[in-house]
Amino acid sequence: MKPTKKRDNRKPAKVQICLRVNGEPVEVAFAPHKTLLEVLREDLALTGTKHGCELGECGCCAVLVDGRPVLSCLALGVALEGHEVTTVEGMAEGAKLHPLQEAFAELGAAQCGYCTPGFLLTAKVLLEETPQPSREQIKKALAGNICRCTGYIKIFEAVELAAARMAGKPAEPSKESIYGWR
Amino acid sequence: MLRLPKFRYLQPKSVAEAVRMVSDGGPDALFVAGGTDLYPNMKRRQQVPKVVIGLAQLKQLRTTKGKPAQGMVLGAGLTLTEVAEDRRIQHAYPVVSKAAELISTPLLRNMGSIGGNLLLDTRCNYYDQNYEWRKGINFCMKKDGQICWVAPSSPRCWAVQSSDSAPVMVAIGAQVKLISSSGERLLPVAELYNDDGIHHLNKRPDELLTEIHLPPTNGWRATYWKLRRRGSFDFPVLGVATCLRLTGDGTVEHAKIVLGGIGSCPIEATLSEKAIIGKRLTEETVHDAAEAAYSPVKPLDNTDFATYWRKHMARYYVACTLRELGGLPQGLPHPETENSVPALRVFSSGPFS
Amino acid sequence: MGGANGAERKDLRVIGKPHRKVDAASKVTGQTKYADDLVLPRMLYTKILRSTVPHGRILKLDTSKAESHPGVKLVLLGKDLPIPYGALPVSEDEHPLAIGKVRMMGDPVAAVAAVDEDVATEALDLIDVEYELLPAISSIQAALDTPEPRIHEYGEYGNIHRRQAYEFGDVEVGFAEADFIREDVTFYEGSTHLALEQHASVAQFGHDGKLTLWTCTQDPHYLHRSLAKVLGLPQNHVRVIATTNGGGFGGKCDPFAHEIIVSKLAMMTGRPVKICLTREEVFYCHRGRHPVLMSTKTGFKKDGTITAMHHRTFLDGGAYGGHGVASTFYTGVLQPTTYKIKRYKFEAVRVFTNKAPCGPKRGHGTPQPRFAQEIQMDKIAEQLGLDPAEMRKKHLIPPNSLTVNWLRVGTMGLGKCIDKVVEGSNWKERFRKLPYGKGIGLACSGYMTGAGTPIYWNSMPHSGVQLKLDRSGGATVFCGSAEIGQGSDSILAYIVAEVLGIDPFDIRVVTADTDLTPVDLGSYSSRVTLMTGNAAIQAAERAKGMLIQAVSAKLEVPADRLVFADRRVFDSENPEKGVTFVEAVWLAEAKFGTLGTVGSYKPAPAPGKFKGSGVGPSPAYSYTAAVAEVEVNPETGIVVVPRVWIAHDIGQCINPVLVMGQIEGSVYMGLGEALMEEMTYRGNRNVVHKFPSFLEYKSPTTMEMCDVITYLIEDQDSNGPFGAKEAGQGPQLPVAPAIANAIYDAVGVRIDEVPITPDKVLKAIRAKAKGQEGRYGPTVFPRCDMPASIFVPTPEEGGDGKAVERQPVLA
Repeated sequence: MKPTKKRDNRKPAKVQICLRVNGEPVEVAFAPHKTLLEVLREDLALTGTKHGCELGECGCCAVLVDGRPVLSCLALGVALEGHEVTTVEGMAEGAKLHPLQEAFAELGAAQCGYCTPGFLLTAKVLLEETPQPSREQIKKALAGNICRCTGYIKIFEAVELAAARMAGKPAEPSKESIYGWR
Repeated sequence: MLRLPKFRYLQPKSVAEAVRMVSDGGPDALFVAGGTDLYPNMKRRQQVPKVVIGLAQLKQLRTTKGKPAQGMVLGAGLTLTEVAEDRRIQHAYPVVSKAAELISTPLLRNMGSIGGNLLLDTRCNYYDQNYEWRKGINFCMKKDGQICWVAPSSPRCWAVQSSDSAPVMVAIGAQVKLISSSGERLLPVAELYNDDGIHHLNKRPDELLTEIHLPPTNGWRATYWKLRRRGSFDFPVLGVATCLRLTGDGTVEHAKIVLGGIGSCPIEATLSEKAIIGKRLTEETVHDAAEAAYSPVKPLDNTDFATYWRKHMARYYVACTLRELGGLPQGLPHPETENSVPALRVFSSGPFS
Repeated sequence: MGGANGAERKDLRVIGKPHRKVDAASKVTGQTKYADDLVLPRMLYTKILRSTVPHGRILKLDTSKAESHPGVKLVLLGKDLPIPYGALPVSEDEHPLAIGKVRMMGDPVAAVAAVDEDVATEALDLIDVEYELLPAISSIQAALDTPEPRIHEYGEYGNIHRRQAYEFGDVEVGFAEADFIREDVTFYEGSTHLALEQHASVAQFGHDGKLTLWTCTQDPHYLHRSLAKVLGLPQNHVRVIATTNGGGFGGKCDPFAHEIIVSKLAMMTGRPVKICLTREEVFYCHRGRHPVLMSTKTGFKKDGTITAMHHRTFLDGGAYGGHGVASTFYTGVLQPTTYKIKRYKFEAVRVFTNKAPCGPKRGHGTPQPRFAQEIQMDKIAEQLGLDPAEMRKKHLIPPNSLTVNWLRVGTMGLGKCIDKVVEGSNWKERFRKLPYGKGIGLACSGYMTGAGTPIYWNSMPHSGVQLKLDRSGGATVFCGSAEIGQGSDSILAYIVAEVLGIDPFDIRVVTADTDLTPVDLGSYSSRVTLMTGNAAIQAAERAKGMLIQAVSAKLEVPADRLVFADRRVFDSENPEKGVTFVEAVWLAEAKFGTLGTVGSYKPAPAPGKFKGSGVGPSPAYSYTAAVAEVEVNPETGIVVVPRVWIAHDIGQCINPVLVMGQIEGSVYMGLGEALMEEMTYRGNRNVVHKFPSFLEYKSPTTMEMCDVITYLIEDQDSNGPFGAKEAGQGPQLPVAPAIANAIYDAVGVRIDEVPITPDKVLKAIRAKAKGQEGRYGPTVFPRCDMPASIFVPTPEEGGDGKAVERQPVLA
């Protein structure tokens, strides 16, 4: 390509905002019509946040905004100025996995793993608000996240396992959930 | 990735600034609160505003005021989760918190606002589709086309009012406050809706819905039953909001039975109301009221489920609401309540100890 | 396999234990890279313009405005990619972009590569296309009634893609032996995989003339072949890397247009090119469950003995062949694997329609006939006054036997499975004894553990493993298998760790890269654990053999006394005497040089020798029994499934917690198909897909999922690695018929089609109340001229597995 002599006189079309992501201050510039999902994945390289429909119909893209689980595909990036966003990349504390992450790994609750970030973050808030949820409470809290692999059972069991451990109990998965019934 | 079209996004600091912005923006400007209705529509190119005015920052829209005895005032920007979880609302207006809790999913309720739900765009399986899909049927009259594919000989659009809060607010006699640069007005929710899939709101685009005025709690009781495929995500294919005031001996002295999800606006089942007013709720009067709900229900093939079945369900759901309010035993449990979850659940409490 | 598969081992340390998956940590932290997570410098983005008519000729296609749109780099058209392709060599009927004609809404017509997705989307609107509309076909009946215009110029005739007719023994003789004959017509609606991940691919073409494609495919090897063919590149210049699949279920098996398109665009622009489909486009890719209309005529004796079955199917194939020919076989070939059927006739017809093409979805072609068979078994038991569980148990195919259609069954644990679910569900106290509105129902199934023949004819292995031992004491396993969430990467690590006595997490797994890994045919037909597992055992045993030689010499201990465990190699008679695994590797490397071994696996030849006998044979069959409990509201017809008991004959769990996950997931998918999932179109509205969205295509949420009580039946099969059979597909099959049978138990009506929606249940209940037949389902079975059956005498009749000229016994 020949070097052009013409000067580029365009004005920047991006907006620039400050927000906190996974506990750290972040400054990011992006096209103003981008959703939080797109900003996280494309402008902050946080690809742990997934997308399955971009219309709020599957729950894959759930992240926490100011501690609340929301759909990042329906949140506008610019509207997040000054807010605190938590993604799956921010769930572990340093090198230590969150008990939910441990339990999901232990029980195979992440099969293909694609819906997992959304489930983890939604469940994290559930356990903050309801430390010992019943199975029905877990079902209700996770009713906005679709999983096609697990039939949800291992996810429910992992949330219960994490809840027990977070309450300080040295809980282990039941024999039935691992080896089936006798 | 399905993306938003380009638009200008404005963030007013006050209601006054918001209404000024919308009148400056003219027909190409729209308000957005939670975005759960507008943004999917924009991604599918059903709505393509050039200017979007975000209301999320406006604290004024997120307050709860007043006392139940005189009527409470809900800020239109309260999220559905806030409405569902507010103890005062749960106590004084359980039908409102219940309806809010039945909307979509927990994730979406954390974003969507109660005002936005009242103003929800009408829905239709020929309209809630991507641009390319709609092009495949040469569009419909609600957007870019000439014809209503649900009823091709019809001069009007039959998109469906699909808000859960709308029939409830109509049934209990709530009002909404609308503010524009030319003033403000208080409108009964019943008058907010038109029976037309396109012009479904009796609200000018430059008016901002700021408040919902719930009526005084002076002896009426209400309930809402929702029919949908799944216990989450789905819009109602039928919603029955019933509000009754009974005298001391159980005679119905006031009745509002409002059906949602089956027409372009909430539909009052007046014949059903007549069937019980002045009478006590018995299996017989409940049956009469349920039968009378059959004819006004004319579902069309533009939502989930077979139409004839939805029509049949109107009877059943009207009866269920009346039985609940009349303290009569239900045939079978409410599909949307806890006790509908099958009884045999000995392993459900969690296999961990 | 001759004992090489380790099935005789009893002292297992890794196998059978609930280890974490090797990718678990990266999946729960968001580190796993799926295809759409990849970004390369200077990458372009692609959007595809798709047909807005169901069937038409392209009269005009003007891309000039799009080409000059700022930011657009290239517009690709069908003429740029003239070579056809398809999943099966017998039906290579697809082009990446339409050439002259479109066959369905959503058919790719043109592709734009641009600097970003917004620009590419804008450019699509600038492409001017005009179509001449052709009559569109939207149903099986319409396809049979409308020979012209043809959707494809190949196939049987008209719009019939494929007809198959087989007869194993003379069924008329069998029907003559029967005490009763019943014929049931059933329908199984189409459904789609709905994997959460939308298909995505990134292609890069180097100045060395080599192409690399990262893509979410289940079958990188088959894609590799298709890509080279369509792009005109030597196969050794094409590298396919299957990224971790965000769910597959069969939906990522076919080579897809978008994969070829980004590859071609990368070749033409010299820049990396990416695409990620929208959810709507994923619905158009489809390749999901065929809608199948079935007629099952069965002759039986008073004790339930099946003397003959004549099973006929019509498949609505959609617009392309894909795997459809195989799907067509599968609507019949596995029927005889569960109960003894003395004579069996199977006829199948696949038609083309102007809808998204169907193909392999979990259970590929078999959930439909299993539904037909298992609800008919329930009716037969009722007709005979027998308990359906007892009756089934009485007529099971014996282990180590041949079926009527020449499939070799090895271990067969269905009887034990039935016992478990009958006991667990308290069947005897509850069946036909629950109050009105509540019911339980039973159904069974068998499924294969890997297809016995590859998609293209060859005599090479189906699966290969290379194993590298290194001086760190670690090992690297290379294998072509694709991880789709089922745990295939982990299986390799567990098996190698077991053989070498090290920890699974000492092992690095490199998979699904056609440059780096030996061929594995792909993640389909429940073949991966068995085939890669056997290949891994062979590679690991060979490596172990080298270590044994070196250690035996060093320690002066006889080779047969050396044990590999706990990262040590030691004398079984004096466990103190030994070396660490690392030392063993050093000794062996010193002795033999750099350490690497290979292993491979190929199934034994099938006993059937007739044309078409390649579909159905498998090294092992898994079996499942399920009891579903339902609550039916007779006023609404709404069905709730509180619980399913399911017992699965797994052979041996490589990892029980992963097997549990596969079974629970299978119950979920079966529940969805039974009650709500349907891929339907508006035939009178340009054959648009009714609702190509996550919201309106109804997939069960947490609120609908039932409790699952799972029983694992372990009876090691000598063909499986350590005795393992499949778990990923078979357990789905009995779920829908068990629910249908339970509904009959609850309210006395037969719903002979899925999905079982409340309107159908209510219609049947009301019909019954009026004294009519309490049934909802198809009543008419279309007519279609069939070719003469390929006639094969049964093993019982002394056949040799070959087809013969028919000699009718009955005049």
